Amino acid sequence: MSAQAEEYVTEDGRKIGGVMMEMKNITLRFGGVVAIKDISFDIREGEIRAIIGPNGAGKSSMLNVISGFYNPQEGDVIFRGKKRPQMRPYKVAQQGIARTFQNIALFEGMSVLDNVMTGRLTHMKTGMFGQAMWWGKAQDEEVYNREKVEEIIDFLEIQAIRKTPVGRLPYGLKKRVELARALAAEPKLLLLDEPMAGMNVEEKEDMSRFILDVNDEFGTTIALIEHDMGVVMDLSDRVVVMDYGKKIGDGTPDEVRSNQEVIDAYLGVAHD
Amino acid sequence: MLYREAGDFKTTYVEDGQTFPIKFDRIAYYILLAVAFGVVPFIINDYWANAVLVPFLIYAVAAIGLNILVGYAGQVSLGTGGFMAVGAYACYKLMTSFPEVSILIHVVLAGVITAAVGVLFGLPSLRIKGFYLAVATLAAQFFLVWLFNKVPWFYNYSASGQISAPERTVFGIEVTGANTDAWAKYLVCLIFVTACAWLARNLTRGTTGRTWMAIRDMDIAAEIIGVNPLKAKLTAFAVSSFFVGIAGALFFAVYLGSVEVGEVFGINKSFLVLFMIIIGGLGSIFGSFAGAAFMVLMPVLLKNILVGGLGWPTDIAAHFELVIVGGLIVVFLILEPHGLAQLWRVAKEKLRLWPFPH
Repeated sequence: MSAQAEEYVTEDGRKIGGVMMEMKNITLRFGGVVAIKDISFDIREGEIRAIIGPNGAGKSSMLNVISGFYNPQEGDVIFRGKKRPQMRPYKVAQQGIARTFQNIALFEGMSVLDNVMTGRLTHMKTGMFGQAMWWGKAQDEEVYNREKVEEIIDFLEIQAIRKTPVGRLPYGLKKRVELARALAAEPKLLLLDEPMAGMNVEEKEDMSRFILDVNDEFGTTIALIEHDMGVVMDLSDRVVVMDYGKKIGDGTPDEVRSNQEVIDAYLGVAHD
Repeated sequence: MLYREAGDFKTTYVEDGQTFPIKFDRIAYYILLAVAFGVVPFIINDYWANAVLVPFLIYAVAAIGLNILVGYAGQVSLGTGGFMAVGAYACYKLMTSFPEVSILIHVVLAGVITAAVGVLFGLPSLRIKGFYLAVATLAAQFFLVWLFNKVPWFYNYSASGQISAPERTVFGIEVTGANTDAWAKYLVCLIFVTACAWLARNLTRGTTGRTWMAIRDMDIAAEIIGVNPLKAKLTAFAVSSFFVGIAGALFFAVYLGSVEVGEVFGINKSFLVLFMIIIGGLGSIFGSFAGAAFMVLMPVLLKNILVGGLGWPTDIAAHFELVIVGGLIVVFLILEPHGLAQLWRVAKEKLRLWPFPH
């Protein structure tokens, strides 16, 4: 695509800015297995960027590289114009990157409220002694963050289960709580690993609505992995297609749909 | 009928986040505090203080400490006895080196010293988890007891190798030593228990508690959302050891008066406190109290029934007690892994709807 550094406005009126995150020639190996091979792509401010591909293509590994969970052997991760050194995941979180997991990774022993409050950790400043006394600043901070969290809870329509332990919730709601926890951090970049896996049509519709609303209302940049092609093509501004650790397509949904290599990867092709 | 939350509206987040959201609970709690501070000291006698109340209070502090580490942060520890010994010896050294400073300050400082030692022995937790960590803390237990036996400096070169608490007063009232009144011992312990429980509750309901629980429930996800695992685990070890150290200092200075380290702070003590929090309920301050009460009261009760009531020989009764405790732990692990605290929660939930549960 030639529209690299310039801003533009999408058909539905959302503003897409310059490049927020750039992955440059990323290669990730586990011993002899090459999970990601020399992949470059970028994520632009305000867009919804999808990563698709068949099973084992390296999509989740890519997300793990972005969230700092894996460190690639080769290549650079450039976030907001600066090359990111190797850093622990919690440092990445402090930079404003939040994520959800393919297999829900909530804190089962805690209530929904506590789970979402944990998402605001990067905004908590008072020290432990202040908290132990529970007066003044510590309490103010707790209340301030609680208000923020309640906004998210309202937004995702989970008011009724606020105080329920997460372990008791059904699958669809857990996915929503996980999204709430990621949103509570007020991330600049939100990574969603298969947000709609295992959901029925209605739940998928709900989740799609939430993703679009998040992008629209908070202006959050979103990178998501999803297998449901209908959802991906409808939601995303641009799509990266991966297969066997390589990038085989990159562009708008329409471009990707008509890409012969992508069709081959998905439909299979006779080898001769 | 009285136990209702209906009509008790919360209009601020502070009210919503309080420890006892139901009015009845709040009133009961204040009455309990008033009785504990205002009535019990006047009617307490030596038997009740030494056999029941003082050990209960001290073990409650130790159980709160261990519960923070095991129940909230999910780091299994078998070193409680060793850390209590650190508290006891730190208190002893402080008492004998700075006799003019108040014993209350010494006890707190003993907690601080134990916290530092706890952090040191907590370092392995950054690399190892679960069962293996338990073994590492077991090493701490044996090492610390060995150290206090081996190095005479810790027991001021006394011939017996024991440490004995010198007589110290607070506001002119003796709180350590042989001539201490029952009520004074009780009151000192009660003050520390109340303060410790309050601090622990504040820590566990706020940001710190949430980071601990996040590490316990899923450490990978915790790190992804911004928890620094190093800080979370080491603060858990520090806070936990702080409380355990205070318990050890009180156990030595106020309760026993003189201590032989291998006997009092051996591995049995570690297991006893661990059993308390398992029976009482992991991850619950109330559970720490319930477990401590259970483990202190049950032997007294059994002794009264078996020896006093049925006339059994003391040794058989003592063995029988071990059988019952062991059996109960198995029963609790199978039937109610969340302990007495969970039973209490369920009972309260039922009571809230009583008498029309549908």
